[in-house]
Amino acid sequence: MGLSDAEWVAVMLSLKVAVVAVAFALPVAIAVALLLSRSRLPGVGLVNGLVHLPLILPPVVTGYLLLIAFGRRGVIGAVLNEWFGLVFSFRWTGAALAAAVMGFPLMVRSIRLSIDAVDRRLEAAAATLGAGPVKVFFTITLPLILPGIVAGTILGFAKALGEFGATITFVSNIPGETQTLAAAIYTYTQVPGGEAGAARLTAISIVISLMALIASEVLARRIARRMGA
Amino acid sequence: MSLLVDVTHRHGEFTLGAAFSAADGLTALSGPSGSGKTTLINLIAGLIPLQKGRILFDDRVWNDTDAGIFVPPHRRRIGYVFQEARLFPHVSVRANLAYGMGNVAKAERPARMARVADLLRIAPLLDRRPSGLSGGEKQRVALGRALLSAPELLLMDEPLSALDAGLKADILPDIERIRDAEGIPILYISHSIEEVARLATHVVALEAGRIVATGGPEAAFASGVSGQRSGSFLTAVVAEIFEGEGLMLAHAPGGKLYLRAAPVAIGQSVRVFVPAADVVLARGLPEAISTLNRLSGIVVNLREDKNSILVELDCGGDRLCAEVTRRSSERLGIAPGERLNALFKAVRTEPENLYRQKI
Repeated sequence: MGLSDAEWVAVMLSLKVAVVAVAFALPVAIAVALLLSRSRLPGVGLVNGLVHLPLILPPVVTGYLLLIAFGRRGVIGAVLNEWFGLVFSFRWTGAALAAAVMGFPLMVRSIRLSIDAVDRRLEAAAATLGAGPVKVFFTITLPLILPGIVAGTILGFAKALGEFGATITFVSNIPGETQTLAAAIYTYTQVPGGEAGAARLTAISIVISLMALIASEVLARRIARRMGA
Repeated sequence: MSLLVDVTHRHGEFTLGAAFSAADGLTALSGPSGSGKTTLINLIAGLIPLQKGRILFDDRVWNDTDAGIFVPPHRRRIGYVFQEARLFPHVSVRANLAYGMGNVAKAERPARMARVADLLRIAPLLDRRPSGLSGGEKQRVALGRALLSAPELLLMDEPLSALDAGLKADILPDIERIRDAEGIPILYISHSIEEVARLATHVVALEAGRIVATGGPEAAFASGVSGQRSGSFLTAVVAEIFEGEGLMLAHAPGGKLYLRAAPVAIGQSVRVFVPAADVVLARGLPEAISTLNRLSGIVVNLREDKNSILVELDCGGDRLCAEVTRRSSERLGIAPGERLNALFKAVRTEPENLYRQKI
């Protein structure tokens, strides 16, 4: 089952997009999950709604909103382009942004659940032992929510890998730049005789997803053993 | 060291209003559940922000709502032993013990850890995970972890309540050793009169958010802390030990005391708790009676307590409380100023509740 160069490019691009999307979204997701779980400020409900929007909106709508906001002439896109030279529209970075936005609610949900489950009395105990809030977070809270972070990362990664609607709306389907696995499979299905190519890429998608799932299981088990559960 | 507390704290229907000071030694916070003991100790730890009042430790202000001062718990240099051990599940026993050692010079840490592990008999557990420990082991590790953070004040919230009697007896000497050998002032919550009798040098008795008695255990329990059996503490010096009989003789200010033998040496000062309900009062001395202990004292006070009368005797300086029914009180015609004999069995002085103090 040999892959053509173009197919390889699509596979590697998908992996790059997914990894970058998760790497940038994860710290933000942890921060937002902390805010949602712990803060009693009045605006928290609004933040919660905003975070979950990509989960309930049609992906095409999310992609269109991204286009309006992060396009070269978009409200945010123009500023980023001017100040940092950062361009999203019709670039792989835009695909990563779309993937990150779509995966974000899944990551936040999973991490938030594990933060809710943290025994805050352990954090109080750490404080009485002289640990300030930052030390408490990194030595107690973060290790305790690691299972949730792993689960959220895998979910986000899988979502990023398979993201289609928002991506194609926002950054189109340019081979070598924004044509991810999902877009490549879609393209194959649109041309006569594309069945074999679609089947190859589908098989690759399944293998990557399964590997991610197994990796998360192994990690989760190792963490559980460390906790002595 | 001195701890000064003057706080008002409202939580729903419950209002805590307490002012007291504590000095070196072990100060027991005693009272029925729901009386505000844990709230009070959490305020002192800084785990609950104070609504109104002041908490001072030595010359430092920990909390002063009028001046807007609040020192967070991690800057108070306290050690807190919770009811549940609260060990960190994701790290080893050794890492749990070392967690609070930031205040200790690096070079000193291994030696300190070894000494505390030795003191609490947890050296063999160091490389284990908390989840594999028994309840007693967990609580000893928690005690060690608090000690190793080099606290200036140790707070303990019923650290033994989750343990069975055997384990309690195991750990009680550890707490005595911390009180006497380490010299760290301790604030100790307990509603077990046995623990208070054995450990406390001072008592602060709480009831429904108010302090109802403070002072030495003798004074605090003479008045009958609610939810507790009222009774009295007698101090005595061990004079003779009768090995074969499991008995020992001690001299109290009011006379001779026969006690159950306990691992103490002749010449040591001990404190025993005599429940008021166990004391029989007699005018004159009946000859044929099995009770070994007979102290003579002068009635100083009579107090009604539901259907019984609490009679307070002055036995050569020690206060002894006896609980009698209203009927016998009237029959004997007990009145202040009268000399009576107080009789009670030696068996009632349980050796595991002895307060031992080196003189």
